[in-house]
Amino acid sequence: MNPLAALGRRVLDVLRAFGHAAFFFVDLLRAVPASLRRFSLVVAQIHAIGNLSLVIILASGLAVGFVLALQMYYALVAYGAAESLGLIVNLALVRELGPVVTALLFAGRAGTSLTAEIGLMKAGEQLAAMEMMAIDPKSRVLSPRFLAGMVSMPILAILFSAIGILGAYVVAVLLIGVDAGNFWSIMQSKVDVWRDVGNGIVKSAVFGVICTFVALYQGHETEATPEGVAYATTRTVVISSLSVLGMDFVLTALMFSTP
Amino acid sequence: MPSEPDSVKTDALIEIDRVEFGYDASRTILDNVTLNFARGKVTSILGGSGCGKTTLLRLIGGVHAPSKGEVRFDGRKVDTRDKAGLYELRRRLGMLFQFGALFTDLTVFDNVAFPLREQTDLAESTIRDIVLMKLNAVGLRGAAHLRIGEVSGGMARRIALARAIVLDPELIMYDEPFAGLDLISMGVAANLIRTLNDVTGATSLVVSHDVPECMAISDHVVLLATQGRIVAQGTPAELMASNDPEVRQFVRGEPDGPVKFHYPAPSLAEDFGVRAEAAS
Repeated sequence: MNPLAALGRRVLDVLRAFGHAAFFFVDLLRAVPASLRRFSLVVAQIHAIGNLSLVIILASGLAVGFVLALQMYYALVAYGAAESLGLIVNLALVRELGPVVTALLFAGRAGTSLTAEIGLMKAGEQLAAMEMMAIDPKSRVLSPRFLAGMVSMPILAILFSAIGILGAYVVAVLLIGVDAGNFWSIMQSKVDVWRDVGNGIVKSAVFGVICTFVALYQGHETEATPEGVAYATTRTVVISSLSVLGMDFVLTALMFSTP
Repeated sequence: MPSEPDSVKTDALIEIDRVEFGYDASRTILDNVTLNFARGKVTSILGGSGCGKTTLLRLIGGVHAPSKGEVRFDGRKVDTRDKAGLYELRRRLGMLFQFGALFTDLTVFDNVAFPLREQTDLAESTIRDIVLMKLNAVGLRGAAHLRIGEVSGGMARRIALARAIVLDPELIMYDEPFAGLDLISMGVAANLIRTLNDVTGATSLVVSHDVPECMAISDHVVLLATQGRIVAQGTPAELMASNDPEVRQFVRGEPDGPVKFHYPAPSLAEDFGVRAEAAS
């Protein structure tokens, strides 16, 4: 095949894949009202996706808080700005690290589990069986998981940031001896609820949509073989992570372009 | 001019009318296939692997659309683009998947109750009674509390059968119901298919390559070759008595005959790098 034709075919394949994913996304959104009417299905998935991710999210948040406080303290103390530590840790967490690191962990913990679960349901013909029973798998299986991901991600990101700030407090105030009043009061005066915390939550909601959608799409489109499921699970982590990082830059540019 | 009626009642519940289908443009699975499946009968579709048997079931269930021709269920065209119509049709049929396709996160009881809970507004007490009756019909009432991971392959197939018939469908489609079963389970499954058909008055379509079991329980047998070519069809007795070499090879399980044992390949001499005259 001549190289131009090969390139053309490749471009068409990519466009077709995007189109297919877009239709899948619209189908998922259409199935949302049906899922809301059976909210118990969503609650069960919030437990599976959200509650069961708590340990890794909280442990990571705490570790990030510890390290951030330590690193920032050594950087700031050289300029006599150690009293800004609380503010820097807070802004770093609520604006960036909270949403982004939670999304990356979410893709690794909940995203892979969603892809593998849906992929194995497909391989075991469970989705096909549902279709043949005149039950739409998108309404019964996929959409409740999609909603659960959208709800869980912002809550997990808030918890990540909160525990990270507590971790920073432990290291900075209790271990290093930074003034506690200073640590908290600068946060109170300089952190804006809507601009900083609110935008962080919006970011994490967007990342929740991305990670859950990618995981469900990869699971649904997987080749129904063990290799296919393994490959789809890997793709979920790679695509979710890159999409989150790319989208984070776009959102940061939109949200924080003015000082 | 009066419009053509949407649904025309005929003796055949399913009509496959000059159907062509391939999963991709380069590979035709079914080529101009025309078949009718009679109401209230057990019809077996026999054929080797890859001849399009399961594809035929998928076309009837509206999972795929034929590239040419049409499939009619009770006189009405199976239209994959009309989702509401398709789901209405699917509520009238039950399908037993090759490996059961049971929901592994549910118990045996919940698997059978699944279509009832999703499709009806019946009270939980009524659902319980129906599910236990269906499980009793397949001999597994006592296994209702078990998880799917705790049941054997044969039991899984029977649970899937109970689930397929729980809404009393007009058509039950069985995809390889005997594959991977031991002799006792195979006999049980075959017996159940026949009995359920006679008791419920449903139409049964069995796709399989297990000749003796299908011959024993079927009213009508269709023998398919590659690309859905119909080699022969008739009653089991007619097929068993056939002198056609292809029919004889299949029903007797002979390894070589009109259907070749070897997949098309270059000559042995060519593949092993020896000269043609040395090879001969």
